Amino acid sequence: MPYLSSEETVKELKRALSNPNIQSDRLRYRNYILRVIRSMTQGLDVSALFMDMVKASATVDIVQKKLVYLYMCTYASLKPDLALLAINTLRKDCADPNPMVRGLALRNMCNFRMPGMTEYIHQPILMGLKDKASYVRRVAVLGCAKMHSLQPTAEIDAAIVNELYGLLRDPDPVVMVNCLRALEEILRHEGGVVINKPIAHHLLNRLKELDSWAQSEVLTFLLRYKPRSEDELFDILSLLDALLHSSHAPVMAATLRLFLQLAAAHPAVQVDALEQARGPLLATCGSQSREMRFAGLCHVQQVLRSQPAQFGVHFKRFFCGYSEPAYIKFRKMEILVELVNDENVGLVLEELKGYCTDVSPDLAQAAIAAIGRIGRTYSEKCLDILTGLLGLKQEHITSAVMQSFRDLVWLCPQSTAAVCQAVEACEESLQDTEGKQALLWLLGMHGDQISSAPYMLESHIDGLKTEMSSVVKLELLTATVRLFLQRPAEMQDMLGRLLHYCIEEENDMNVRDRALFCYRLLGCGVEETRRVFQGPKSDPCMGVLTGRPQEPVNNWASWFNTLGPLCGDDVALPASCDTAASAQPAQSSQGDVLAGAVEEPLSIPEMGHQPLGLSLGPPLSHEAFERHWLELDVTHREPISFQGPPSSPETLQAALQLVKIQTLAFSRENVTPWKAYLYSHGSGTLILAELLQDGPAEGDGSGSLAVSLKQVPKNDTVIQEFASVLRTVLQTLTEDVS
Amino acid sequence: MISQVFILTSKGDHLIYKDFRGEAGVDAISAFYESVTALSGDQPPVVMAHKGMHFIHVRQGGLYWVASTKTNASPFTIIEFLNRLTALTKDYCGTLSEKSVRANFALIYELLDEMVDYGYIQTTSTDILKNFIQTEAESSKPFSLFDLSNVGLFGAETQQSKVAPSTAATRPIMSNRGEQGGKNEIFVDVIERLAMVIGSNGIVMKADIEGEIRVKCYLPNCSEMRIGLNEELSIGKSQLRGYGSAVRVDECSFHQAVKLDEFDSYRIIKVCPSQGEQTVMQYQVCDDLPCGPPFRLFPSIERDSGNRLLMYLKLRCDLPPKSAAINVSITVPVPKGSVSLSQELSSPDQRAELQPKNKAVLWEIPRFPGGSQLSALFKLEVPGLSSASLLEVGPVGMCFELPKHTCTGLQIRFFRLTPTQPGLSQRWVRYVTHSDSYTIRV
Repeated sequence: MPYLSSEETVKELKRALSNPNIQSDRLRYRNYILRVIRSMTQGLDVSALFMDMVKASATVDIVQKKLVYLYMCTYASLKPDLALLAINTLRKDCADPNPMVRGLALRNMCNFRMPGMTEYIHQPILMGLKDKASYVRRVAVLGCAKMHSLQPTAEIDAAIVNELYGLLRDPDPVVMVNCLRALEEILRHEGGVVINKPIAHHLLNRLKELDSWAQSEVLTFLLRYKPRSEDELFDILSLLDALLHSSHAPVMAATLRLFLQLAAAHPAVQVDALEQARGPLLATCGSQSREMRFAGLCHVQQVLRSQPAQFGVHFKRFFCGYSEPAYIKFRKMEILVELVNDENVGLVLEELKGYCTDVSPDLAQAAIAAIGRIGRTYSEKCLDILTGLLGLKQEHITSAVMQSFRDLVWLCPQSTAAVCQAVEACEESLQDTEGKQALLWLLGMHGDQISSAPYMLESHIDGLKTEMSSVVKLELLTATVRLFLQRPAEMQDMLGRLLHYCIEEENDMNVRDRALFCYRLLGCGVEETRRVFQGPKSDPCMGVLTGRPQEPVNNWASWFNTLGPLCGDDVALPASCDTAASAQPAQSSQGDVLAGAVEEPLSIPEMGHQPLGLSLGPPLSHEAFERHWLELDVTHREPISFQGPPSSPETLQAALQLVKIQTLAFSRENVTPWKAYLYSHGSGTLILAELLQDGPAEGDGSGSLAVSLKQVPKNDTVIQEFASVLRTVLQTLTEDVS
Repeated sequence: MISQVFILTSKGDHLIYKDFRGEAGVDAISAFYESVTALSGDQPPVVMAHKGMHFIHVRQGGLYWVASTKTNASPFTIIEFLNRLTALTKDYCGTLSEKSVRANFALIYELLDEMVDYGYIQTTSTDILKNFIQTEAESSKPFSLFDLSNVGLFGAETQQSKVAPSTAATRPIMSNRGEQGGKNEIFVDVIERLAMVIGSNGIVMKADIEGEIRVKCYLPNCSEMRIGLNEELSIGKSQLRGYGSAVRVDECSFHQAVKLDEFDSYRIIKVCPSQGEQTVMQYQVCDDLPCGPPFRLFPSIERDSGNRLLMYLKLRCDLPPKSAAINVSITVPVPKGSVSLSQELSSPDQRAELQPKNKAVLWEIPRFPGGSQLSALFKLEVPGLSSASLLEVGPVGMCFELPKHTCTGLQIRFFRLTPTQPGLSQRWVRYVTHSDSYTIRV
């Protein structure tokens, strides 16, 4: 805080506010109140002034009233007893002839977040719902939701719910939308507001009166509605057609999402909608606001998952602007890689080449990686560019080029010769771990084609003492052994030195173990070693890549227009390491099973929804699973006849994976009680399951398995579907065993 | 729905903090600020997650405008809302800066209170909001008729043929009555942003224009306004109107309130502007420009025998002789490790400097008249210069402003208020083209 300590400031303000001279001077009084609010915003605790502020609320000056109300809403929960004093003034204002004053008072009174408020606001809210000014009705409708949130456990007031459903017909569009919002909150535990046919049609008919904010929100509510017949579906779609071209990005995006989801069963309609929305979507990618651009780009990426060809002609729109921030440039490069085709590849590569010398090393490396990825399809052109970049002799560039080379060689064996030539000519010594690893891998795998390979390895072996990274050391061991197998005469001495150092002097256990392993393996004979170390030199299942397969639109339609695509990477990163963790089944008792503590990835329940029901969705950590499991009640229980755990747990896991059920953990075979924990996502819900076999599975005994299911949020059809899928899988497995 | 809205300075000071739903505490601000500053790069990602909460922010006027939410809301809606909030703040406070937000924090609280209730957006229309907003703006810079420093910036093509001072459009929409003479002003701006890539052989590789017509209205109650565009304006690739040089745009979209009944035949758009600033029409042109690129660069880059790199740059401005580009800056990437620069520029008002951090030479030209040509000779000392280093002299980027010029050729033929309003004093039309991204490969 500027000059005074916080206590002194509060004291000084208190003195000023209670000074009758100041109180009588309206402007000075208001100025002091402004200072209170300013201190509050800066994080100073000025709750001690509550009494003086209550006094200040009794005024005709609306500006002052607004300021005081802002103060009171912030501190009401800290000073509930004093806040009660203000309620009288507020209730009096609720009956003021001026609708603005009425609305203001009601809104702020509902914002007091303290226990026991309900009894004071109940009556004014009911009055407000019937007020003749729409401004007050708007406030009152949301007041109902606020009132409910004060007592979330209380019974739902049926009278208010009915009143709100009735107010959906209110002439004021904002009141109507507020009703939807309030009902959604009040009825959250029952699945939210019900959108039946009359309501859906009512909303559709009034869509034109709404402003763009309300439109996009109503369109989101309509996602819930399932038209009864095809005719109705197409009527709705043709009504919404014009909104696809809306100049407001939120409306356009919400409409497109609705189209994609309503027409889930009509891929041709989806394609047509995407075609129509392409122009507006591209316009958001060129919007003046960078943030809007970013959102647009992220959504274009989603569309590209299904229709890589659609944006091919517009590739120039994704060239990076010279002053654009890095996060936009990264996205644009990712998009460029996706939409490369025979016609534009030359121009795209030329553009990407320009980014490779960017000031920012991250950006330059990303550009090189992008060229490397395009190289999987158009290897010749890309190899030329990448080789040319080595001439720059800049470390971060060389490192990125090496990594691209490694991936290229692995995926496109035909580029090996050119890569080896380039590596041979490269004299730059690398410093970073990633680059070193890539270079060592190349030397080990293709050392027979790089004549100077032994010398390059030697320099690494000589520098071993200063090498910090154990990953590089491991890679060096592998590469040296591999090269030894190909060129024993040159390598023998070097390998000996390396093994000696790693076994005798190395502190890192991993490296030492690997060295010992190599040593013992070499002792078994050259043929044995060759068998172990020399696998395939390229990924055998990859031919020339022709871009990734097109996904069905439904895979991502429910993602669309949510935060998912914008923070996709953040979610995906922890998720991927999480799968690795959960792939190794934890054993035995429940305590152990649920103990694994991995940072929980943000799970967005809506994502990955398919019309079929289940989807893998984001992986769930043990911790998150445990939390959900303890919080929820069992929604469904049933016994399934089952012949004991399958011969190997992996069979069960694989089978469940096929039907999109993830396995979190299960006990070892032949352990009683045998348990398994499963989960899956379906229709925006998360389903958790426990399989429990109590009795000992006797030989061929027909033991039965108790299945308990839990779900959040509740949705009966999905749970039934899940149960039936699970039943089928288990029965199929039983048959297999017998 | 929005849980909190807050505005932070780049140093992390709290300017505005409003909690709509009481779901998260004040500490969310510091959590946001920590994650924003912890990330590298010139601007961290727009959406960040923290403990089941999402922060969505935009950066404008050097401030972070942040909304937090606990639901999986539509990013377009929230970003658009934050942009609208900044636009309204600009309308009401005159300018968008830390200073103006600090001075008008009560006004912004008032705005937020009316715009959002319980996290749901209620309205953002100036017409409705003006009935509720009572606080008067404190304009940080007093309006002065004598502030005519930037006269060349704006073209005044209205009947009066006067020039509006540059600050005319940066005052609050609800200023004190009678204080300033021209309070009944209305501005129609045609703003284009040009994105261009020119290949090393001088061929235009890419040329995009994003344009918009913006109306900034200070009239408290404005009647219908008719804006006439070029009659020969054609939309889409196939359509052609008139003869000779047609003005063409590929796609255009209009503000919700715009009436288009006369658009097809006479190219007249009708709108009742509300107070403040709004975009009435947006349009795009891709690839096919009516005029050539405004700037051409003829570089010649050599190494001399030692460790010196010689860059001789000739830059030609192909605008019509009457107009000129201003604030032109040219960034030429140079090899890493360049240590010093010696320069020969053709006039004393230009400047050039070596920026080792960005490994680039920045050449600035305050004013560049159409039809003229400038040249510069840069000699760079680069230890260890090799022929590969020449590859690093990458694409040249340019930033500039072209006042009184539109690249599409779109013009406002006329604009009228019907019926003519009594007491209306000033109507202004302004044209400007900004460089969104102008890249010349060498």
